[in-house]
Amino acid sequence: MISSIVFILILAAGVWFFSKSVSKIIRNIKLGRDVNRSDQPLLRWKTMAMVALGQSKMITRPVAGFFHIVIYVGFIIINIEVLEIVVDGILGTHRIFAPFLGSFYDFLIGSFEFLAFAVLFGCVIFLIRRNIIRIKRFTSPELKGWPISDANIILISEIILMTLFLLMNASDQVLQANGVEHYVKAGAYPVSSLIVPLLSNLGTEQLILLERSAWWIHIIGILLFLNYVPYSKHFHIFLAFPNTYYSNLEPKGQFTNLPSVTREVKMMLDPSISAPEEAGQEPVRFGAKDVRDLTWKNLMDAYSCTECGRCTSVCPANITGKALSPRKIMMDTRDRLEIVGKNIDKHGKDHDDGSSLLYGHIKEEELWACTTCNACVEACPVNIDPLSIIIDLRRFMVMEESKSPTELNGMFTRIENNGAPWQFSPTDRLKWTEQE
Amino acid sequence: MSTDTSIKIPTMAELAARGESPEILFWVGCAGSFDSRAQKITLAIAKILTKAGISFAVLGTEESCTGDPAKRAGNEFLFQMQALTNIEVLNGYGVKKIVTGCPHCFNIIKNEYPGLGGTYDVIHHSQLIQELLDAGKLKVEGGAFTGKKVTFHDPCYLGRANGVYEAPRKVIEKLDVAMSEMKRSRANGLCCGAGGAQMFKEPEKGSKDINIERTEEALQTQPEIVAVGCPFCMTMMTDGIKNFEKEESVKVMDIAELIASAGEL
Repeated sequence: MISSIVFILILAAGVWFFSKSVSKIIRNIKLGRDVNRSDQPLLRWKTMAMVALGQSKMITRPVAGFFHIVIYVGFIIINIEVLEIVVDGILGTHRIFAPFLGSFYDFLIGSFEFLAFAVLFGCVIFLIRRNIIRIKRFTSPELKGWPISDANIILISEIILMTLFLLMNASDQVLQANGVEHYVKAGAYPVSSLIVPLLSNLGTEQLILLERSAWWIHIIGILLFLNYVPYSKHFHIFLAFPNTYYSNLEPKGQFTNLPSVTREVKMMLDPSISAPEEAGQEPVRFGAKDVRDLTWKNLMDAYSCTECGRCTSVCPANITGKALSPRKIMMDTRDRLEIVGKNIDKHGKDHDDGSSLLYGHIKEEELWACTTCNACVEACPVNIDPLSIIIDLRRFMVMEESKSPTELNGMFTRIENNGAPWQFSPTDRLKWTEQE
Repeated sequence: MSTDTSIKIPTMAELAARGESPEILFWVGCAGSFDSRAQKITLAIAKILTKAGISFAVLGTEESCTGDPAKRAGNEFLFQMQALTNIEVLNGYGVKKIVTGCPHCFNIIKNEYPGLGGTYDVIHHSQLIQELLDAGKLKVEGGAFTGKKVTFHDPCYLGRANGVYEAPRKVIEKLDVAMSEMKRSRANGLCCGAGGAQMFKEPEKGSKDINIERTEEALQTQPEIVAVGCPFCMTMMTDGIKNFEKEESVKVMDIAELIASAGEL
């Protein structure tokens, strides 16, 4: 009875704190500008099913893709077991699903054990890739410090949780075999039975203590992990789904046309069109200087990023030693958005801390290195689009501040004056016909 | 037959004066009009269209930059000025179908002009050549190209940007060449380094130029010909090959030039 109450309190606290963190993230995402991503729902569901649920872009890199799918499938399916643990915790029962499921229960528990071991193994492989083999994309400068620790914390937490799960099952099956009261005979234990010999010296009381400790630490661990995730790159486990649903469905080469610019250009080309009277409306900023100038989808992208670095590893600028890293663009966007969110919590909605995403986090040199080749967009396993952020920041520099490299200013002037990016007269446009 | 070496390409204005309109507008593009190397590509496309008996015309002096380098550089104003002006010209002639000699022009007219009132059926020249070959309107044999080692460099604005990977390859395959793919090709293709207005500026500080990285990869396939489909890629890859002093043994050629040359046009 007391344990049920304690359990319910811990569970409620875990869920409450988690929902608070999530609602803050949702609020932050909504700080972005509006963009319509609700057309073609059928295609959107299909994209989500393929890319997020089906992991279609993960497998382009077979080793990482394979172990990621192992961990992902394990994580999702083992959650059925967590459901039973939660029900048991609330009701004070033990393995409550067993009587309802019969021999299928044995199959389930057996499968969970194989999956748990596979997850554990996958996490070890990932730790080795990151810390011993030191694969290039996991050692880039933008990962120094917290991001590297974040990745290791996640992997080690998962290893601990899986170990506790197997330890719990190991002691449980000994207690079952010994006919100890409360421990109903249920389940199959193909993996944890291998640990059983290690428990041979323990008496019933010690076994119960071990089983209960593993059970409690496991579920508390899961709740702690749940509350860690919103502060971590690991939040992609939730956002991968909406983020792929709201993917850009247009061709990748199609950049947005700014309607605010269209209005002004039309007025310039045709003076008979007068400025619309929009009293009280502040003029829209062209392009983006800070996170609030980006769209909500850009901001959702930032929270969906798990810093895998596939984008950066295929970026022609990054490969050739330039300062640009698309992953850093996403990490900076999230970092800046977190700061803006905290400022709102502390100082209210319209606080200006004097910093901004552009210049404060992302430098001009990074932005001018981009070739807009879309390799980063193509590579992202959850359809994040770093390129649209890069372009919006360029737009601000060029249109609001006239800050572009001198050579580009020359190119702009030539297009304006002679309709070509090079210094040639429009009257020479047919010169090529004279070649032979 | 006229004695000068120039070929006669009709302009939209000339046709309109006679009350005619062509089946397709050939959008030449700035590089195709002014860059001496790209002019040869333009000529090859024009010859192919002529040979296939396609009724086409160019805008000539009425053509102006699509605004692509301005837009990718962030100058949305200049882009929209160019776009709206071009759209007025195109709509004025009632243009329905456009073929471009440049993936950047192709992408911007196909994808970004419709939102500003210019909706056309736009194709890249590799797609048109494939259609002509498939329809039997154009016939080529490998000839001098038979068995030659060719690798194809995907232009970003044709490939990833618009998902066109097969058309240029199908065209090349018609020449019975020994096609060899680079390690990074199709959706994984590496940029030549010219996109996003980089063509018009010095690269940012780094350890290497992008076209050198790409040329190294192309040379690993030990090609006799590096095939391209974009005038910017042409410049970058040609420079790259020169950098390795391989210009004698490795030619950089546009898809259109391959076909025009094989067809002895």
